[in-house]
This record gives sequence, C-alpha cells and structure tokens, in this order.
Amino acid sequence: MNHAEFVLPAYALGVLVPAWFATAAALRLRRAKRVLAALEPAQGRGGRRA
Amino acid sequence: MDGTALPARPPRGLHRFANPGRFLRLAGRVQPWLTWPALVLTGIGLAWGLFVSPADWQQGDAVRILYVHVPSAWLASAGYVALAACSAAALVWRHPLADLAAAEISPVGAAFTALCLATGSLWGEPTWGTWWVWDARLTSVLVLFFLYAGHIALLHAFDDPQRGSRMAAVLALVGVVNLPIIKFSVDWWNTLHQPATITLTGAPSMAPSMAWPLLAASLGYTLAFAAIVTARTRAAVLERRARALLAARVEAA
Repeated sequence: MNHAEFVLPAYALGVLVPAWFATAAALRLRRAKRVLAALEPAQGRGGRRA
Repeated sequence: MDGTALPARPPRGLHRFANPGRFLRLAGRVQPWLTWPALVLTGIGLAWGLFVSPADWQQGDAVRILYVHVPSAWLASAGYVALAACSAAALVWRHPLADLAAAEISPVGAAFTALCLATGSLWGEPTWGTWWVWDARLTSVLVLFFLYAGHIALLHAFDDPQRGSRMAAVLALVGVVNLPIIKFSVDWWNTLHQPATITLTGAPSMAPSMAWPLLAASLGYTLAFAAIVTARTRAAVLERRARALLAARVEAA
C-alpha cells in the first residue's frame, strides 16, 4: 500500500474518535443509571427501564 | 425543572417526545437498533474501503481516506442541522429535552468536524501537496468547528444555565447560514476541493466498487452518531432526575 503513512492514521482516527465517544457515553449512562437506582430504589422507575 | 415534568400542552406530534419519561422508554428500545448496526456497517465499510476497494489511478491508496473523510464531513453538517433543530425547539416550544439534546449533540458534532478536518488534511498532503490551504470549503468547515466550539463555550459561560442555553441556541441558529456556504463553496469559488461526487438528484460519478463501501461507512457512521447522541441524552436526562431527587432530599432534611 502506498501512502500508508497518511491512510493508516486517518483510519486510526476514524475508529478511535467514535469509539472513545461511544465508550464514554456508555460509561456515563451506566453511572447515571446506578446513581438513580440508588436514589429511587423503591420506585425503580425511569433509569432501570431506560 | 426536575426532568420528570409533563409537557405544558396536550401531547401531539413531536411534542409528546418532550416528556423525558417517554423519551427514556423510547430511546432505551431504539438504542440497540442504532448501536449494533452502526458497529457492523462501520466495520464492513472501513474494511471494504481499506482492503477490497480499488486504489485510484491518480491518487493511489490515498483515496482510501475517502471512506473516513466523507462520512465525517456529512455528519459534521448533519449534526449541525440536528443541533439547530433542537435549538429552535428549545427557543420556540421550550421543550424540556431540546436543550439537553442540543448540549449533547455539540461535542459529538465538534469531534466529527475535527475528524473531517484531520482526515482532509491527511488526504491533502499526498494529493494536493499541502496539509492546509485557506480555500473556501476548508475554511467554511473550520468555521463550522468554531461554531460547535462556541456553542459548547456559551453553554458554560453563564452562572444561569438557562441563559447559557438560550445564548447557545441563538448562536446555533445564526450558524445555520454557514451550511449552504459549505455545500456550495466548491461551486461559488475556485477551490482545490473537488465538487460533490454524490448528489441526491443525479447518479454518483463514482465506480460502484467505491460507492458501496462509502455507502456502508456513511450509514454506519450516521448510526454511530445517533447512538452516541442518544446514549448521552439518556444519561443527561437521568443525571438531571438524580440531581432533582437529591435537591428534594436536601430540602426535606
């Protein structure tokens, strides 16, 4: 492959940027669900179903 | 607002999605249908583009950057349309979710715009002989990145978060004027950037062996963008509800 020094960094960015955002969003969502479940254990509404 | 408030008007049309509880239920169901196809289609599109699709007779393998650059460029603009739509809904109808969604869209849109600029730069060096040129298309996309950054900055610039949201929404709406400039910059001015290869009205001036992986990658990235924004907005709604519950407990104590 020619121009690999340009192509491979572009693909690395194209994978890492969305993956980083997706992982951060999943972790944030999980943390938010846990916090809400701790705050409203009796009701079990919203967070658990979301 | 405690994140559980009902809409102020009868639920009709899009207004019924302004209810955070309803949004959480719907988004929870939609989330896997966004996430898994996004992973599969992006994987297929990028692998196809990198290993299977042909090299360009002029650009060689540098043309493979296309499969990352074009989807990110499309999402930079499409993300801004979504941001402007949420901002308009927040300003006009005071949707409780619209402000939250706008705040969650702008960092993701900024990241995809930065990705578009970075991959464009990586493509420009081997094909144009330069990393950057102050040409109309590149400059207008850079302005788009600054609009996203300005939106994020304004959200956090005021002690009153609602005032910050309103100012950010106004900026997002004013910035819409940049979108046609981006789209038509290659027609209005002489630029290094090529004109659109794929349009809604005409047949693509691209071989199917390149158009199919581009379509797969574009669909995959679009679903990934939607999945990320959906997950972030769900988290924001839950965080707001948790803050309201904590505040109520403190008040009761």
